[in-house]
Amino acid sequence: MTKATAAIVGSGNIGTDLMYKLLRSDVIEPRWMIGIDPESPGLKRAADHGLTATAEGVDWLLANERPDLVFEATSAYVHRENAPKYRELGIQAVDLTPAALGPAVVPAVNLGAHVDEPNVSLITCGGQATIPMVYAVSRVVPVEYAEIVASVASPSAGPGTRANIDEFTKTTARGVETIGGAQRGKAIIILNPAEPPMLMQDTIFCAIPADADRDAIAASIKEIAVEVAAYVPGYRLRTEPQFDDPTPMSGGRARVAVFVEVEGAGDFLPPYSGNLDIMTAAATRVGEGFAQRILAERA
Amino acid sequence: MSYSAELDIRVTDSSLRDGSHAIRHQFTVENVRSIVAALDEAGVPVIEVTHGDGLGGSSFNYGFSAVPDQDLISTAVATAKQAKIAFLMLPGVGITDDIRQAADNGASICRIATHCTEADISIQHFKVARSIGLETVGFLMMAHSQPPEVLARQARIMADAGAQCVYVVDSAGSLIMDGVSDRIAALVAELGDDAQVGFHGHENLGLGVANSLLAARAGAKQIDGSTRRFGAGAGNTPVEAFAAVTERLGIKTGIDTLKIIDAAEETVAPVLTNPPALDRLSLTMGYAGVYSSFLKHAEIQARKYGVSGAEILIEAGRRNLVGGQEDQLIEIAVGLAQRK
Repeated sequence: MTKATAAIVGSGNIGTDLMYKLLRSDVIEPRWMIGIDPESPGLKRAADHGLTATAEGVDWLLANERPDLVFEATSAYVHRENAPKYRELGIQAVDLTPAALGPAVVPAVNLGAHVDEPNVSLITCGGQATIPMVYAVSRVVPVEYAEIVASVASPSAGPGTRANIDEFTKTTARGVETIGGAQRGKAIIILNPAEPPMLMQDTIFCAIPADADRDAIAASIKEIAVEVAAYVPGYRLRTEPQFDDPTPMSGGRARVAVFVEVEGAGDFLPPYSGNLDIMTAAATRVGEGFAQRILAERA
Repeated sequence: MSYSAELDIRVTDSSLRDGSHAIRHQFTVENVRSIVAALDEAGVPVIEVTHGDGLGGSSFNYGFSAVPDQDLISTAVATAKQAKIAFLMLPGVGITDDIRQAADNGASICRIATHCTEADISIQHFKVARSIGLETVGFLMMAHSQPPEVLARQARIMADAGAQCVYVVDSAGSLIMDGVSDRIAALVAELGDDAQVGFHGHENLGLGVANSLLAARAGAKQIDGSTRRFGAGAGNTPVEAFAAVTERLGIKTGIDTLKIIDAAEETVAPVLTNPPALDRLSLTMGYAGVYSSFLKHAEIQARKYGVSGAEILIEAGRRNLVGGQEDQLIEIAVGLAQRK
């Protein structure tokens, strides 16, 4: 069966981890690895796996080749430069940077609505891990407010995240609202330097009506957790969902608390960095959605 | 060298911020008005007013404020005649927009806190705070968990970003005497004239005043306390006792000892319905090196799940949880309940 061809732009840790996932795909062939530094170990690794690896950047790629898809694993700044070029050539882009140019996609929630988009954004790692749970609750009962707490191991938070942590909290909170379905969203991120590094852990709090059907909410949460685990194998609930009655401390709201952790697949990045794994896994799933549509049109 | 021509050291009273933990973030406008008025009259030069977990801390994870932070800050600014009003923010919890709003409401000192190995997440916030003319203080939390040289390197990151003072913050109340002196001295040596050094103590091992004095002797120019120990865990260094001790030692803080003793007794104590105590749980925190703000959360989860609060805190210590991970205490309690 033919596959859709893909270029990975950005030969760093994320791009490399993504390459290993795409190499296993039934519908995507990662054919190009695009970097800017000839010394990049990611380029060498890509060449070893049979990809065309170049340090001559996106301009080389677009002048010489025509991939069906690009995966952008550079920075928000670089993606803002590149996105119009991809669009002009009709190349669909999956954006792993925080640039947030295209609609935000969480595969378990809204991929189907966006397979025709020229450019989609994967929000943030915290968003990929938590928004499915907000959605799981909001499809059962109205969620007036949802709050997520993402704890990640310090070594897995890169310089980009550290330099602009407000971008993480704001972008994630927006996704909790627009995709998760909460009327109002809040996001908190905590970096923990414990050794050995902790797995990514996320807690999702949703305000629920006092008389909500708690069994139905719990069932919905478990169902969505299975759907996420289908493309992020290390995604799991740490406990049963926990319910609380209203108190002054809770602002007078009843709530459900959901505890998840994300263990990375260890393709290239270490397993504790589930926050990075969930991004490359979600990117792979989104790319496969694009590829299936492209291949169906060709058939 | 002194803090200024008038003061040897400058004291910041954190009753209305760290004390927020002790009353589950339920401060009223009237509480803030009366406490600020009393502290201001006693000559306390800086009063910090915010949710215990800083701007944006009002949440399921930390507890919702009874009154929005920004309203309490406005009240404090309107009440204080001589004291400056400070606020706390934690990058990852609050955002720079919150800093701007607090400045618009008249607060003049921005205190930015990170876990003591993660100073680089505060750079964008220091830059914003300085650009809008705020005085800045950096907070290296859980300072017991890292050796002096690591803290000094992290303090350098904050100072380079624009912090005018960097605090060694003993969030767990776990530092003992020389442990304070060594850390303060390392920061003083690293920062030189680039920034001052401060100390924020807790009473979990009963050492708040003694540790603060050692900090001052090692070169700290700013010291935190809370009147009537109104803070998380066993509370903070009691400002009224620190004022009495420093006066006896001839260290000038600008605080009127008799007036702060009266303020503690007559104004602050009545608000403290459940005073911080050096009891089993808070002592466990100092002993095991656990973030003081976890205390009330551990109490609540222990009650809900019928497990030991001390066991929750010890497990929090074993997992090396840092400030902000209150959510994890629920999961720990659930796990303890299942194993019973």
